Amino acid sequence: MSIQDEVTAPPPAKLAIDRVSKSFTTARGSVHALDNVSLQVAEGEFVCLLGPSGCGKSTLLNLVAGLELPDSGTVVADGRPVRHPGRERMMMFQESALFPWLDVIGNVLFALKLKPGLKSNERQEAARYYLKLVGLEKFMEANIHELSGGMKQRVALARALAPNPRVLLMDEPFAALDAMTREQLYGDLQRIWEQRHVTILFVTHNVREAVSLGDRVVLFSPHPGRIHEEFRIDLPRPRDINSVEVAGYATRITRALKQHLQEGAPAP
Amino acid sequence: MKRFLTAFGFFALLVAAWHWACVQKFWSPVLVPSPESVGRYLWESALDGSLAEATLVTMKRLLAGYFIGIVIGLPVGLLTARFRFLRDTLGMLALGLQGLPSVCWVPLALLWFGQTEAAMLFVVVMGTVWSVVLATQTGVRNVNPIYVRAARTMGSRWLHIWIRVIMPAALPFIVSGMKQGWAFAWRSLMAAEIFVTILTGFGLGHLLHYGRELHAMEQVIGIMFILVLLGLLADKLLFSPWERWLHHRWGTDKA
Repeated sequence: MSIQDEVTAPPPAKLAIDRVSKSFTTARGSVHALDNVSLQVAEGEFVCLLGPSGCGKSTLLNLVAGLELPDSGTVVADGRPVRHPGRERMMMFQESALFPWLDVIGNVLFALKLKPGLKSNERQEAARYYLKLVGLEKFMEANIHELSGGMKQRVALARALAPNPRVLLMDEPFAALDAMTREQLYGDLQRIWEQRHVTILFVTHNVREAVSLGDRVVLFSPHPGRIHEEFRIDLPRPRDINSVEVAGYATRITRALKQHLQEGAPAP
Repeated sequence: MKRFLTAFGFFALLVAAWHWACVQKFWSPVLVPSPESVGRYLWESALDGSLAEATLVTMKRLLAGYFIGIVIGLPVGLLTARFRFLRDTLGMLALGLQGLPSVCWVPLALLWFGQTEAAMLFVVVMGTVWSVVLATQTGVRNVNPIYVRAARTMGSRWLHIWIRVIMPAALPFIVSGMKQGWAFAWRSLMAAEIFVTILTGFGLGHLLHYGRELHAMEQVIGIMFILVLLGLLADKLLFSPWERWLHHRWGTDKA
């Protein structure tokens, strides 16, 4: 399968998270990270998981990635229960998690080498294609430490996209970047998402970020992590994070968040 | 090139000062031989082949023992890093034995293996292996877990994770451990060669020892000079390329 076929025929994807619970045992006792959470994600949908820290949204992402398994409930991707990590669900982290012992293209090739059925020249072609897609074709041979934070996340995005996943799981990928770089990446991410029709689950604690990216914003509440409320964002794309419409949605969601935090303040 | 010339000039100056001190008769020539006599010894022993032979014998022992030490130490270090039980047992043993100068093994090595190459090899392995174990263990324990998580989402599994992710990520630690192992092995081999005569081959340590017995201090200093040279050469050939690559890749050279 050539790179062109992959681009023109995007694979279908759908996630069904059904009554999932997950607890962790730490040194300070048990943490109830997720409590009876259900969520359906349509193919090609961009869903933002929003909430304060400790609300289990990252845990949910890890469960969908298959990095962890739920205590109860099921995570189903494309009709098949998730038991392991898989190439069809790629993950991006807040730190770029790029490998410092490889150069830029080596990092992208790392993902491609694990995908069976590709010849060496096909891997090279694919790696170049995705680095070009994120605008880094001039930095293929650069070392990781030579890149800025924004460039690192672009490489991480190229690496995640390279095996042509059906689902992209993003765990606060832009949280550590400065505002200007972040706004550029919002634009790039929306462009790539529209081109490739991947399904995206995007974890953030930034309300405006969630509103300007997501088709849907799922608001989580902490202790234990639950889905509190969902908001459908009916705004045309591309969206500008500084627009009045985005601000309007953001205000509503922030109000809901605050109200809930007051109601649900943990007992002393 | 400029740095090389600087170093060369420095050493030339040292030898000149030494020569001057000898001409001025600062010390008796019995205590401190002149650079000329040391040079003469080196020249003669180079011509009759005894120096090359001894160097070959010593390097063979060192490289063989060092290689065995790494082959054992690397996997053991990976295991002690992975399993807490092994870390608390084998890892603790390694920590203890690393502190033991490995020349302390010479009496036992002689008892077990006799005056053979095996005894020398054993001492060198004991000098290398614990440093490599500990460095590998520390290196692996310091690998950022996010690398492993990222690799797993890309479809990397068990052996692939260990070989392609954890080992390269731990490489800076492993290389410095290998360097330390080399230094320990080198010291323990010299001590062992000076200490014990092995009939199957006379190494540099033996030549130094004979120099002492014959009270030929020019021989002692000549051999010391060769040892220093070999140490420098090993550093420049064996480790410098690695370290340069690590600095370049990890970006640790701009401090």
